[in-house]
Amino acid sequence: MSGHEQFAEDLALYALGGLQGEERAVLEKHLEECSACRQELQQLQGDMALLALSASGPAPPQRARQRLMRAIAQEPRMKAVPQRRPWWPAAPYLAAAALALAAVLFWKRNDELQGRVAELERQSSQQQSAIEEAKQVLATLTAPDAMRVTLVAAPARPQPQGKAIYVRNRGSLIFLASNMEPLPPAKAYELWLIPMSGAPIPAGMFKPDAQGSATVVNPPLPSGVEAKTFAITVEPESGSSTPTMPIVMVGAGE
Amino acid sequence: MPSAEPKGISPDSALVAAVHAGDESAMAQLYDRYASIVYSVALRVLADTGAAEDVLQEVFLQLWRNPGAFDAGRGNLAPWLAVITRNRAIDCLRKRRPETDIEDVIAAVEPDLAGEAERAGALQKIRGLLGSMPAAQRSALEMAFFEGLTHTEISAKTGEPLGTIKTRIRAGLLMLRKAFQT
Repeated sequence: MSGHEQFAEDLALYALGGLQGEERAVLEKHLEECSACRQELQQLQGDMALLALSASGPAPPQRARQRLMRAIAQEPRMKAVPQRRPWWPAAPYLAAAALALAAVLFWKRNDELQGRVAELERQSSQQQSAIEEAKQVLATLTAPDAMRVTLVAAPARPQPQGKAIYVRNRGSLIFLASNMEPLPPAKAYELWLIPMSGAPIPAGMFKPDAQGSATVVNPPLPSGVEAKTFAITVEPESGSSTPTMPIVMVGAGE
Repeated sequence: MPSAEPKGISPDSALVAAVHAGDESAMAQLYDRYASIVYSVALRVLADTGAAEDVLQEVFLQLWRNPGAFDAGRGNLAPWLAVITRNRAIDCLRKRRPETDIEDVIAAVEPDLAGEAERAGALQKIRGLLGSMPAAQRSALEMAFFEGLTHTEISAKTGEPLGTIKTRIRAGLLMLRKAFQT
């Protein structure tokens, strides 16, 4: 027994590699000065060895032996050569080595903390770039000065066309229309989400611009509704709660 | 101890000295003698044969590269290998760089573990002792040793006070020691 009871339990934790931070630093400093505790540490490592022996299990496969023998055959031995040269020409290297050692020790202490900071920074920057990307997509889709081009086989006249992008779980919808026919006065187009079951759900009113283009971005919709089709009708500007026939455009999921 | 080994078989210290001189056949003999201990410890910690093989390779390569790290004057090879293997396997399990220098490991044990018969006897005794330990103590000791959990982590896992866990770990190690003290 070391006679240093205050370190007794910490020594066991230290031997097992479980002592961290300041407790570890204090104990390591004490170990430098106390041979009784160093001896106790060796005893504890001996106790650990006994515990390790309880793990008796199967023998390793034969290939492990071949792998090792191959590896050592290929590994040039670093034979210890007695140094007879004076030590002082090595002084700059020793100083550099001491600096390097200090740097490594410092780095080890800070490494864990830095790792956590880096992880948080990485997550934050990932989220930031995801938001930026989403903003850019939305900005392009909704920009009033955006050029909208529909390419069709010449010489066919561009047909009215609508594209709905619907995310069921979020209840989010982006709708883009082009080449829409001009509307009679006091009328507007109304987009409908037609669910697998139940009545059509209004999914936004829109009026095309002079080029026949229009967008509907995230109209208020309940989330989780499975859409069978989307449809467009012509309705009074104030909107309708049920579609007025005829349906001018309709489309199901691709 | 050399005296405990059958005639004609080199003691560990002689084989380590030969390894020092670059003798590959001495290395092969040491491997044949201790590979199953090293592999068993690594496998118990990692529960993965591939990862255990990697640790086995690493531990013996370290011995080949730096046989001077083992101080024959201060302990036998078997306990030293067992401890450095456990430490390396825990580092692998926790995906971190090696935390302990193998030169800092000196495992002083009472029983002579150099011969196979001695090791078999010790194994039986250790297993008997672990079996007779109170379950909570054995579990704390094994979580610390084979799972590499810190006392704080064990306390969080079991819901028991930190002080109790610390005491159990140390008392468990001392029980093993005492069982072999003559």
